Amino acid sequence: MDFLTLIQVLDSTVRMATPLLLACLAGLFSERAGIFDIGLEGKMLMAAFFSAAVAAVTGNVWLGLLAGIGSSMLLSGLHGLASITFRGNQLISGVALNFLASGLTVLIAESWFQQGGRTPSLFTKGRFNGIELPFAIGPSEAEAADRPLSELIKEANVIQQLYSELISGHSILVYVAVLAVPLTWWILFRTRFGLRLRAVGENPAAVDTAGVSVRGLRFAAIGIAGVLCGIAGAYLATGLQAGFVKEMTSGRGYIALAALIFAKWRPWHALGACLLFGLLQAVALRFQSIQLGGVSIPVQVMDALPYILTVVILAGFVGKAIPPRAGGQPYVKER
Amino acid sequence: MEKMPKWADVVLIPVISLLLAAIISAIVILLIGESPMEALDLMVTGALGSTYGWGYTLYYATNFLFTGLAVAVAAHAGLFNIGGEGQAMIGGLGLAIVCLYIPFPHWSIALLVAAVGAGLFGAAWAAIPAYLQAKRGSHIVITTIMFNFIAAAVLNYMLVSVLKPKGAMDPATAKFPETAQLPSLHEILAPLGIEFSKSAPANVTLFVGLAACVVIWGLIWHTPLGHEIRALGKSERGAVYAGISPVRTVMITMLISGALCGLMATNNVMGEAERLVLNATEGAGFIGIAVALMGRNHPFGVFLAAILFGFLYQGGAELALWTNIPSELIVVIQALVILFTGALDNMVRIPIEKIFLAFRKENA
Repeated sequence: MDFLTLIQVLDSTVRMATPLLLACLAGLFSERAGIFDIGLEGKMLMAAFFSAAVAAVTGNVWLGLLAGIGSSMLLSGLHGLASITFRGNQLISGVALNFLASGLTVLIAESWFQQGGRTPSLFTKGRFNGIELPFAIGPSEAEAADRPLSELIKEANVIQQLYSELISGHSILVYVAVLAVPLTWWILFRTRFGLRLRAVGENPAAVDTAGVSVRGLRFAAIGIAGVLCGIAGAYLATGLQAGFVKEMTSGRGYIALAALIFAKWRPWHALGACLLFGLLQAVALRFQSIQLGGVSIPVQVMDALPYILTVVILAGFVGKAIPPRAGGQPYVKER
Repeated sequence: MEKMPKWADVVLIPVISLLLAAIISAIVILLIGESPMEALDLMVTGALGSTYGWGYTLYYATNFLFTGLAVAVAAHAGLFNIGGEGQAMIGGLGLAIVCLYIPFPHWSIALLVAAVGAGLFGAAWAAIPAYLQAKRGSHIVITTIMFNFIAAAVLNYMLVSVLKPKGAMDPATAKFPETAQLPSLHEILAPLGIEFSKSAPANVTLFVGLAACVVIWGLIWHTPLGHEIRALGKSERGAVYAGISPVRTVMITMLISGALCGLMATNNVMGEAERLVLNATEGAGFIGIAVALMGRNHPFGVFLAAILFGFLYQGGAELALWTNIPSELIVVIQALVILFTGALDNMVRIPIEKIFLAFRKENA
C-alpha cells in the first residue's frame, strides 16, 4: 500500500467517522445527564430523511439541515416525555423511537416522492459540498489545469497530498463535528451548566437539593443530543451521500453507542474511538479481505470488530467502563 | 391496599394503550392520504378472511410466540433481552447445520434433534452476555445489542464462505433434505377433513410454540426455579437474602431466553424456507419486545399479542400489495405499541389509578 492510498483510506476514515462522532457526542450529553439513549439510530435516520426531503424540495441544503435538526429534536422530546416526565423505561423508549423512525421515514418518503422509500437525488445547492481550504489542490485547480484532480494530487509533494486529500475538501459539517469535540469538553468540564449536567447523571438528588431543576437539566441534555443527532443525520443524507435511502444509518447509531462506551463517556476519547471505528468502516469499504501475516481476514471481521471491542471493554478485561451512576433511573422528586 | 383491581392492570391498561396506538396509526394513514377504515377492512380480510390469510398470520404468530416468550422470561428476572434477533439468527445456524449434515429417517425425529440444535446455539449466543452481566456487571442491554451485530457478521460469513453450495450465487445454504421438511397445517388438517390452504407456511411448529407457552407458564409460576427468577426480578437484595444466587439465576434465565429465540428457527428456517437465508429472522427478535410488553410478560398474554402481531404482519403485507401504503406501516404500529405499552405506560396508568382511587373514596 503506497502513501497516497493510505491517505485516501484516512480521508475516507474522516468521512465515515463524522456521523459516528456527532451521534457519539449526542449520546455523551444524554448519558452524562443520566438518560440512556439507544435511540441515536432513530434520531439520525429521521434527520437524514427530513434534511434530504426538505433540501430536495426547496433546493436549499441549510433549510434541509434545519429540518433535520428539528425532526431529531422532536424525537428527543418524545424520549424526554416518556423517560423524564412519565418516568418510563428509557431503554424501551429508545427502542420505540428507532422503530418509529425506521417506519415513518419510508412511509412519508413513499407518500411524498413515490420512489420506493427514497428521496430524489440532491444536486449542487441541495448538498453540503466539500470546502477547499486555502492553498489546497481542489476541483478548481483541476479545472484550471484541465486535468483530473487525482493526477494533480498524485504529482504533488507529500505535505501537499496530506493537506489537500486529508484535511481539505470535506463538507462544513465534518469541521463542525471536529470542533464539537473541544466544545463539548469545554461545556461539560469548564462551565457551571456542565458541572450540573454531570452531577445530574451521578446524583440527581444532590442537584435537586441545591435547588436546580433535574428535569430542566435532563431535557436540556437530550435537546443538545437532538441537535447533534440532527446534524449527524443531515451529514449522512446531504454530505456523505446525495439523498435519503431506506435504513441509510445502517447501525451507525449503535456503533456510536459502542464508541461512547469505548471512550468511557469522555469527549476526547470519543474522537479517538470514532476515528478507530471509522477506520474499520473505511477499510471494510475499500478492501474485500485483508492479508495480515499470511492470514486472510474476512471483511465480516471488520464489520463486527467495533462491537467485539466494545464487549471486551464492557467486560472490564481491558480497563473498566463505568457509566454515569444514575444512568437509566428516572428521578422521583420526593412528595 | 392496591391502587386498582388486577383486571384493570392486566386488561384495561393494555387495551387503552393499544387503542391509543391504533388511533395514532389511523391518523398516520389519513395523513398519507389513505382511508384508515378501508385499510383495516383490507387487513382483516387479508389476514383472517381465508385459510391462506390465517396460514400466514399463524406462521408469523409462531415466530413471535418464541421471541415474545424469550423476552418475557428474561423480564421476570429483571433482564431486558434485546438480543433475540441475534440469538434467533445463531439458532438458525445451529438448526441448519443439524438439518444439512445429519440424515433423518422421519421429520418428527428431525424436528426433535433440530430443535435441540437450534436451542443450544441460541442459548450459547445468550450465554456470553449473561455471563458478563452476572459476573462482571456489564449492562446486558448493551452487550446483547452488540451481539446482534456480531451474530449478523457471523451468519454473513458462514453463509457466504462456508455453507453456500458450490456454484450458488445467493448467500444461503442448500435446501434441507426431504425428511427434514416439516408438515404444514394443510397436511396436518387434511386427514381430519378440514380444508386448509396449501401454500400458507403455517406448520407443525405452531404446536411447539403453544407447548412452549404452557411449559414457560408452569416454569415461572409453579417451579422453584420460576420462584427464584421472579424473586430476583423483584429485588436482587431480597433474593440474595432468601439464599438465591443471582449469578446462577441470571445465567439460567438467559439460557432459557436464548434457547427460546433459537427455537424460532424451527418455524422460519425449517418450517418455511427449508434452508437458511441471510435475513431469515426479519426482525422477529425485536417484535418479541412489543409482544412481551403487550402480553404483560404472561404466556397467555404473549399468545394473544403474538396472534395480534401475526395479524398485523400479514395484514400489512396485504396492504402493501393492494394500496399505496408500504408495509413499513407495521413498523410504525409496532413502534407505537412499544411506546404506549412500554415507555409511556405511566401516562395511561396514572390517570386510571386516580379514577379508581376516586371511586373507592366515594364508596367508602
